[in-house]
Amino acid sequence: MDSATIQRLFLETPHNRALGFSIVEVGTGEGVAKLPYGDHLIGNPDMGLVHGGVITTLMDVTCALSIFSTLDAFQPMATLDLRIDYLKPALPRKDIYGYAHCYKRTRNVAFARGVAYHDDRDDPIANAVATFIMSPGITSPGITSPGAPQ
Amino acid sequence: MSGPDKAGATLLDAIRRARETGDFAAITDRIPYAGFIGMTVADAGGHALVRMSVSERVVGNPMLPALHGGVVGALMESAALFQLMWEGQSTHLPKTVNFTVEYYRSPKVEDTFAQATILRRGRRIANLRVDAWQDDRDKPICGAHGHFLLQP
Repeated sequence: MDSATIQRLFLETPHNRALGFSIVEVGTGEGVAKLPYGDHLIGNPDMGLVHGGVITTLMDVTCALSIFSTLDAFQPMATLDLRIDYLKPALPRKDIYGYAHCYKRTRNVAFARGVAYHDDRDDPIANAVATFIMSPGITSPGITSPGAPQ
Repeated sequence: MSGPDKAGATLLDAIRRARETGDFAAITDRIPYAGFIGMTVADAGGHALVRMSVSERVVGNPMLPALHGGVVGALMESAALFQLMWEGQSTHLPKTVNFTVEYYRSPKVEDTFAQATILRRGRRIANLRVDAWQDDRDKPICGAHGHFLLQP
């Protein structure tokens, strides 16, 4: 799928818009998304730290982005599972980036992994690994059911 | 920037107070992200019952429609952290070491609930299991498990 189509799909998601996500880069099998810092993302008010769940969302989205970029045409997919390892605390008031790579895709299942980071991808805040179920043969975004294995 | 309030009260203080007074809104009122996703917490017989009231901004797929999977993950991670603070005597906020979410069903655009169980609480690490459901508690939409560090 070309990056313009992926961008359009990405922005059709109300939660992505509400978080202010943007796509920085999308290439074959890889994607980078940006989460701009906002006070509404704070989960730990004592330290001013972003809620870990925001990083879960960023990595789910970035992994999906990397998989979409391997497809010739749109097909719906749904996250089967997603694991996040928190390597170090995010810094207050800084934008967070997600990078993901789809390292294997079969007809039915896609595997992606990636990192969340501020400035340096080699010094990540979190590591993520995710598995997605694909929907080969379905072309409309409204038919299948994310989260429900076909 | 947020921080301990003018009286120097922290999130843990707010949780201790809520257990005494039943004023659980005082906890989530202190967490901006809770307000953003519509999350509140209540006491359910010694368990922190977390609820996300539905809104347009937590929708992931407007065509199906379905909630965003990431935000349900965030709700479950919150349920785990609240449960640790609910049951614990710790003077520190627990830190998530890792968290794994499994998706069973498409989350409908409805209010969503999550509740965690502490499987083991050691001196340094706690292991928790979380379930999330919507209209039927016996049909969970997602599950999760995670490790949490209890010491700074």
